Amino acid sequence: MSRRQLILIALLLLAACALPFFVSNYRTFQFTLALVYSIALLGLNLLTGYNGQISLGHGAFYAIGAYCAAILMDQYGVPYWATLPVAAVVCLVAGFLFGLPALRLEGLYLALATFALGVSLPALLKYHHLEKWTGGVQGIVINKPEAPFGLPLNADQWLYFFTLAVAVLMFVLAWNMLRGRVGRAMVAIRDHHIAAEAMGVNTAMVKSLTFGVSAMYTGIAGALGAIAIQYVAPDSFNFFLSIMFLVGIVVGGLASISGAIYGALFIQFVPNIADEISKAAPWAIFGVFMIGFVYLMPMGVAGAVRVAMARLSRMTQNRQRSI
Amino acid sequence: MKFVPIAALLAVALASPAALAQKKYDPGANDKVIKIGNTNPYSGPASAYGQIGKSIGAYWKMVNDKGGINGRKIEWISYDDGYSPPKTVEMARKLVEQDQVLFVFQPLGTPPNSAIHRYMNAKKVPHLFVATGATKWNDPKNFPWTMGWQPNYQTEGRIYAEHILKNNPKAKVGVLYQNDDYGKDYLKGFRDGLGDRAASMIVKEVSYETSDPTVDSQIVQLQASGADTFFNITTPKFAAQAIRKAYDTGWKPMHYLNNVSTSIGSVLKPAGLEKAEGLISTQYLKEQTDEQWKDDPAIKEWEAFMKKYYPDGDLLSSFPLYGYTVAQTLHQVLKQAGDNLTRANIMKQAASLKDFRPDTMLPGIRINTSATDFAPIESEQLVRFDGQQWRRFGPIIGK
Amino acid sequence: MEAFLHQVLAGLATGGIYASLALALVMIYQATHLVNFAQGELAMFATYFAWSLINAGMPYWPAFLLTVVFAFLLGVLIERIIIRPVENAPVLAVVVVFIALLVILNSVTGWIFSYTIKTFPSPFPAEPIFGQYMSAHEAGAIGVTLVVLLLLYAFFRFTPLGLAMRAAAQNPDSARLVGIRVGWMLALGWGLAAAIGSVAGMMVAPIVFLDPNMMGGVLLYAFAAALVGGIDNPAGAVFGGFLVGVLENVLGAFVIGNELKLAVALVLIIGVLVVRPSGFFGKVFVARV
Repeated sequence: MSRRQLILIALLLLAACALPFFVSNYRTFQFTLALVYSIALLGLNLLTGYNGQISLGHGAFYAIGAYCAAILMDQYGVPYWATLPVAAVVCLVAGFLFGLPALRLEGLYLALATFALGVSLPALLKYHHLEKWTGGVQGIVINKPEAPFGLPLNADQWLYFFTLAVAVLMFVLAWNMLRGRVGRAMVAIRDHHIAAEAMGVNTAMVKSLTFGVSAMYTGIAGALGAIAIQYVAPDSFNFFLSIMFLVGIVVGGLASISGAIYGALFIQFVPNIADEISKAAPWAIFGVFMIGFVYLMPMGVAGAVRVAMARLSRMTQNRQRSI
Repeated sequence: MKFVPIAALLAVALASPAALAQKKYDPGANDKVIKIGNTNPYSGPASAYGQIGKSIGAYWKMVNDKGGINGRKIEWISYDDGYSPPKTVEMARKLVEQDQVLFVFQPLGTPPNSAIHRYMNAKKVPHLFVATGATKWNDPKNFPWTMGWQPNYQTEGRIYAEHILKNNPKAKVGVLYQNDDYGKDYLKGFRDGLGDRAASMIVKEVSYETSDPTVDSQIVQLQASGADTFFNITTPKFAAQAIRKAYDTGWKPMHYLNNVSTSIGSVLKPAGLEKAEGLISTQYLKEQTDEQWKDDPAIKEWEAFMKKYYPDGDLLSSFPLYGYTVAQTLHQVLKQAGDNLTRANIMKQAASLKDFRPDTMLPGIRINTSATDFAPIESEQLVRFDGQQWRRFGPIIGK
Repeated sequence: MEAFLHQVLAGLATGGIYASLALALVMIYQATHLVNFAQGELAMFATYFAWSLINAGMPYWPAFLLTVVFAFLLGVLIERIIIRPVENAPVLAVVVVFIALLVILNSVTGWIFSYTIKTFPSPFPAEPIFGQYMSAHEAGAIGVTLVVLLLLYAFFRFTPLGLAMRAAAQNPDSARLVGIRVGWMLALGWGLAAAIGSVAGMMVAPIVFLDPNMMGGVLLYAFAAALVGGIDNPAGAVFGGFLVGVLENVLGAFVIGNELKLAVALVLIIGVLVVRPSGFFGKVFVARV
């Protein structure tokens, strides 16, 4: 990472830390949700963007994470922060196990398998034999955490910082993984899996593991989302959520870490803008936004930013040379 | 901790001398306007319900054209939540914290309302006349800021159970229900009504998901179970399918249909009127597509309202009439509140409706509330479909 | 036994619904190698067009034909105007455009026609056949689906155009070299898929009633049906439709109850796919290294 990038990231982080002191609690809450989505999108991007495996069912892992947090807090009195590691492990295992049979499936068939997962999970959450834990169609109401150690923050601000800290950690871990051996193997499999295999990459292992890690990210996001919303119900995790995740990574930028953030901002805020523009057909406006983004930035926002940055630096270099 | 800003605002509002002269205001109200917030699904698979939000908005436009309520105009802020609980939380917070509405009125759906139930009560902002028939909204002791409106599903389920016990105690009942809170609430009320005979009388219960294309398979299952009585807990589209399929397969059960789908124009006509003959249901609103109300002045007035203020609205659907009626109820509450537009007083007035009767409700049905009774409509009347119209029979049931 | 038979027949009837839309999915896949998520909404929109014509007093069959033509043109136009600009974008970007089309069509239709269900007429007699097990319309719809299947099969098998279209989808560069106008083949594929979809819509609407969300649930099943049969094989897709329809009914009624029937049906299908990754009838794809 270049020094300039580091400075940029430090500045961004500083801005993110200052944010809750300048905007209302409601806005802080919205940005908390955007952070939550960014973790989920990063997870999906690891799988789809970097490893080339499509998933139409990541809403399911998000839901599993959310229910993990809700059930632990509601029935076992586990503190909210302690539910995250549990959600992470549960989703890691679930994702890994799901990734094993999915190994045999490619392209559209993998899409179908993940799609089945996304469609079936809400039905499973409602299933009457599981009602004891899941609360069935009524869902589970949970408490919002207050700031600890007497910090002078309100609940919204505290949750924002908590989520921000988790998000930063997850992003750093992803960055670290992607530039290492595993990351290179993931990309190699996406680009040419036979060649990768020939080079000695254990494709089966890497693919299943990517599935697990991806599910883990999304599960952690789900747990954070449940804590922020203070409520889980099957209706919160319908198939459309999975679709929105997919839209998010494409609009944000495939195979890009920063793309997860842009995508999260898109799925968090653009539907609200659409609603402001038209009550008659908000979805139509939202659809137009989607098409507009894809037209203007086919490589996603991250791709467009990359191009713009490159141009900018070339321009400055040229200027320096001319001087 | 998070109540500090509100309390501070309140202190400022109370301290300003202008507000002291009899007129009392909380955020969202002043001499000129009353701000009312709402969430509705305007996008996604539940969009049909969005007609309720739109018709209520149209109602306030009419009220404003006529000079408003006690000289104040209504500002109606309604957001799309797509029937998704997380979005409802976000939008409710926007309404309360950013738009600073006086109260939130008629947010739609049980899961969305469950998601904001606690928040609204913690903020002490009225969560008024929510658009769902769950029983939990009538809990003034634990949730003094939340109130339902329509008759609750469990009560209605019990009415059918009692009717069956009285008329055919040997009935073998098959139930079709939507697999969500609404369907399960009806089923619970129905089972409670049958009491300890529920286990022996209900021979089959089958559910469907709203994503199912048809309920044909479920109807065939019920028919095969040997049931002679059918309790049909479905929303309009599936109700029409079920009525038609039950008839076409030659199954001729005693058929009870939930109130949700009693629209003649948008359910029974599509299913086929001859196939719907003999249906039993309950009603509390006039059904505008029923011929007996064709010349009713209230329905005529409603039609004129629709034409002028909500021309895109569907005259066949039961949702706009529902919205119009619930808006009338709030209109009454705001009239009663007078110049004391504090949140506490809004709740107090909503809890002191006495024999209020919006003109679009069935004769004999009244709205009554009190400090311990947060269930505005608690009476319904049994109706039977004669192939043309819903015929009311028996007394008004309930309070 | 009678109950079982009844469920199977009801399953065939709903399976026919899935099969008809699955055919449209196969068509678009043959032409573009993509699965169009907006296919169901396109069909729904075209059905509203037919409904408007019939409501304005046009007899059924002229309205039917006009709608098929309308849907064809709509499909071509969408490809030319909306899909063409993202032709060279990543596949998933195109998928996002499909999703956008889906939400736009759904929302706009609701806005124009409202969400209240509408009855859509059937060209078949009203009396039930097979001893009340299946309505004449359901049987007729299955017949129409089979006719479409035959036409589709003949089109791809025996006409130069069909061959050209397959070539354009499979290997655009080589196709271009032998003089196939690849761009127009794509547009034609979209048009044909939309036309087939409109037939599906008009066959489905009398059964499930016409409303903007009519195809939402059907698309889920049709997607599964098309893939289980092999997405490049029209006959396989139709078989897949019947299989899914019968499987979910039988499972729902006799094995696991209605709550999880879709989930279990999908799991079974995936189980099959794990063993046979190209579907029941799909061509096995051998990668050239």
